[in-house]
Amino acid sequence: MTHKLKLTTAAAGLAAALTAAPASAVEIEYWQYFFDGRVKAIDQLIEAFEEANPDITVKHTHFPYAQFRTKVAAAVPAGEGPDVMQFYYGWLPDYMKAGLIQPLSTEAFPPAEIEEEFFPIVERMKIDGAYMGLPTAVRSLAMFYNKDLFEKAGLDPENPPATHDELVEAAMAISERDAGGNLLVAGITATPVSQDAHYWREVLMRQFGGQPYSDDGTEVTYNTEEGAQALHAYTDLFMEDKATDYGFMNESQASFAAQRAGILIDGSFRIGAVQSMEGLNWGVAPLPSHNGVTSNYASYWVNGIAAGVEGEELAAAEKFLAYLTTDEAMQLWLDVVGELPAKPSVALTEANANDPVYGPFIAGLETAQTTEFVNESAQRQIWLDMIDRINIGGVSVEDSLATAAEEEQKLLDSFYTE
Amino acid sequence: MSITDITAFRKPVRPVRVLTWTLLAMGGIVMIMPFLFMISTSLKTPDQVYDLRFIPARPTLANYAELFADGRFTAWFVNSLITSTIVTASVLFFDSLIGYTLAKYRFRGRGLVFIAILSTLMIPTEMLVIPWYVMSSHMGWLDSYWGIMFPGLITGFGVFLMRQFFGTVPDELIDAARIDGLSEFRIWWEIAMPLVTPALSALAIFTFLGNWTAFLWPLIVTSDRDLFTVPVGLSSFASENLTRWEMVMTGAAVSTIPTLIVFILLQKYIIRGVVLSGLKG
Amino acid sequence: MSFRDTMTVGQKRAATAWMFLIVPVLFFVVVRFWPTFQSSWISLTEGPMMGPRDFVGLDNYVRMFGDPVFWKVFGNTFKYLAIGLPVSLTISFAVAYYLDRVRFMHGFIRALYFVPYLTTAVAMAWVWRWFYEPVPIGLFNQILSAMGLPQQPFLRSMTQSLPSVLAPAVWAGLGFQVIIFLAGLRAIPDTYYEAARIDGVGPWTILWEITLPLLKPTLLFLIVVSSIGFLRIFDQVYNMTVDGQGGPLNATRPLVLNIYNSAFVDYEMGYATAQTMVLFVVLLAITVVQLRLLRSE
Repeated sequence: MTHKLKLTTAAAGLAAALTAAPASAVEIEYWQYFFDGRVKAIDQLIEAFEEANPDITVKHTHFPYAQFRTKVAAAVPAGEGPDVMQFYYGWLPDYMKAGLIQPLSTEAFPPAEIEEEFFPIVERMKIDGAYMGLPTAVRSLAMFYNKDLFEKAGLDPENPPATHDELVEAAMAISERDAGGNLLVAGITATPVSQDAHYWREVLMRQFGGQPYSDDGTEVTYNTEEGAQALHAYTDLFMEDKATDYGFMNESQASFAAQRAGILIDGSFRIGAVQSMEGLNWGVAPLPSHNGVTSNYASYWVNGIAAGVEGEELAAAEKFLAYLTTDEAMQLWLDVVGELPAKPSVALTEANANDPVYGPFIAGLETAQTTEFVNESAQRQIWLDMIDRINIGGVSVEDSLATAAEEEQKLLDSFYTE
Repeated sequence: MSITDITAFRKPVRPVRVLTWTLLAMGGIVMIMPFLFMISTSLKTPDQVYDLRFIPARPTLANYAELFADGRFTAWFVNSLITSTIVTASVLFFDSLIGYTLAKYRFRGRGLVFIAILSTLMIPTEMLVIPWYVMSSHMGWLDSYWGIMFPGLITGFGVFLMRQFFGTVPDELIDAARIDGLSEFRIWWEIAMPLVTPALSALAIFTFLGNWTAFLWPLIVTSDRDLFTVPVGLSSFASENLTRWEMVMTGAAVSTIPTLIVFILLQKYIIRGVVLSGLKG
Repeated sequence: MSFRDTMTVGQKRAATAWMFLIVPVLFFVVVRFWPTFQSSWISLTEGPMMGPRDFVGLDNYVRMFGDPVFWKVFGNTFKYLAIGLPVSLTISFAVAYYLDRVRFMHGFIRALYFVPYLTTAVAMAWVWRWFYEPVPIGLFNQILSAMGLPQQPFLRSMTQSLPSVLAPAVWAGLGFQVIIFLAGLRAIPDTYYEAARIDGVGPWTILWEITLPLLKPTLLFLIVVSSIGFLRIFDQVYNMTVDGQGGPLNATRPLVLNIYNSAFVDYEMGYATAQTMVLFVVLLAITVVQLRLLRSE
């Protein structure tokens, strides 16, 4: 990168000398979705970056989350888009298909170095030997629980369930129904708007001895007895054990916030919201184990470079992206946004690992898996449909699982044959 | 209903009238229930939102204060106000002119023009935003009021509405004006337009409202936060894993105010066409 | 008057008409027809959003007609129309007809009916979702329970979810329809009613013989515009179903949502525009039939 940069600077200097204009600064544009903490963090990072690189200015633009994809899809093809942007790792196939991003140059971002420094989950971003983007932060799952509801149910609030069986037991103890059988308090949350799909796919599945997909990602491997057991472990919570109702209060976080749910399995991105809930007496614990297996699901947003960026903008974009993945940037992101650093060297410091809130999430990163999506929204829909068939369609767990596997295999096939 | 209320009827009170009134009023109250729930939520703190009580336990105006705190919302409000007003003026002028032409002139191609304009109602905006975006980017209209406004300056909806209402204006009236020597433009402006005041008022309300709540296109065409319209700005309260519903409700409540004012100002013009009654016969 | 003179007057009028129309027609060509035309071409291609697109002929159409989800959403779209149109027009006409005769607090009651139309769909969809919840949270189930009626799953049902999503759409659009009906009712000159009253005709006959026939242009307008509205339903479904996907199991997904997903979630512009073309043709056909059947002259 340095070599390239020198060349660029030299070329720019030469051009400036020739045209007798003042040495021009490069301006690059950075896009992300709007979230207060993220915006503040990037603003601070830009300030520090510009100080170190006076010849580069970074323009920071952000959009509402729900339309971020729409906006990127419209702007990049029209040449009005950003130079560097954030995107969710699961969107990678879509973004590549739509031609919205370009690979990071292997000189500036040597794959071997990345693999040594980052958590292994980042490898999902490697396509044909080059990385398509790099994260500043990662997220993992853990278990939030309501200490007051634990106490009310006669459970020890300082001793949350550590295994799946204990989890089910606790959930059944906490759940409360009126005389008509209507759910008043859910033992555990189970809704479509949640991390439940990831919990089943990457945690329960592995705890019951299964594996969601083949190693190369081309085959669905969850339509097995182990897969069905893992699915039962989830659906039984509302179909058999009556520990909850599927879809209770629409969103998992809603019933937890309203103190109408004892346990919430959710991502580290929920920490801020839970912290802001006045009067909620809560704790965090690692995900329960089962059959002695612990597992977790990690996801992340990466910074990538938009397709079509070249010349001095590309050089500046690479420089900025490199800065966003320094240890310094990662610690700042943890402090300001509350998301976990993407490198073990930053994440696994003693202070971070012993933190009562971040600790369980950071611990989860060590056994975390990352699903390789080919079409994140379609695959999520297959999960939602699978649960709906069981919940309101009267289909057995085994049959619904088989249908889902078939649909998802079709999706994988059409992706990989292209 | 009290006795004084009933005496407000000009004609002698009949049970049927009272029943009609009561049913309509009850229906009206049912209609605004969700609206009241929205107001109630806007008065709640974040931890009360999912409490879902109709009357907030600890009502607060903190959300309203937060909405106006950084001055951005005021800027979005002004942007929405300016663009919606200009677009409404343009629509009222052009749509009624086209509607009048299609209703009152006979010429070759009239049916085709009408169907063609009507067919513009049938393409979802979702499919047009990309071509519009490319066009705006070529013309340098991105991040400008003009960029936000241009697709809506003339609407198929308004043309259709005005054509239908101009159709009820008697031809005799127009012919009489011609004999008096008025120009074609003045016949439309001075004779025909006052006769369709109810429809014009309705069109003004709908157009203003449609632009006030327009979301997808203003979102696509603006990148500069200071140029956002109210709905685009409000969507910032919804994020990847968290939507601040108390703020969405607060923003929605505040953004209802101008449309309500426009409605109250204009609805009184939706009156019986007095002019016509003296003329026929 | 000679033949030639009439011609000149006719031609003069036609010239005036085109003079009035020229700017708007140009506007429509540039802002609406040209992008639509571009879309129809895109529906025959495939490729990334940026860069060259490959011509694939009718591939997108073949894929669409072989896709069971397409037929499902196509059917849903018509269900929205078939239920929404008669229900909404009947209610709104009844409200407008009686509201027209009410003097006491007329403006206030009218405003009550119009308020839903003024509020943003996102906020209202959220409120409606809570109304549909089971007891003890959901308002509707609380009412059912108070009346001793069985609980309903509403949005979490294969059969009830579509009407449940449609209800807020009808509710929100009611104010619009009432206002148009009122404007139409008031465009009917008083003289007709006075004449009828002198003749001693009953109110029912007045409604059928005078009001409704004279309301035909208004009715035609509302039928066409509301049909298009129901066939293009999007906001309520997007905001009331999980992930905005029109579930459960596609039970509520309309065509426009499918188009939106193809374009902005899957980035398949070719497939999205192919579906748009179908929607366009269907809407145009329905509108032309309605215009023919209800021709005002």
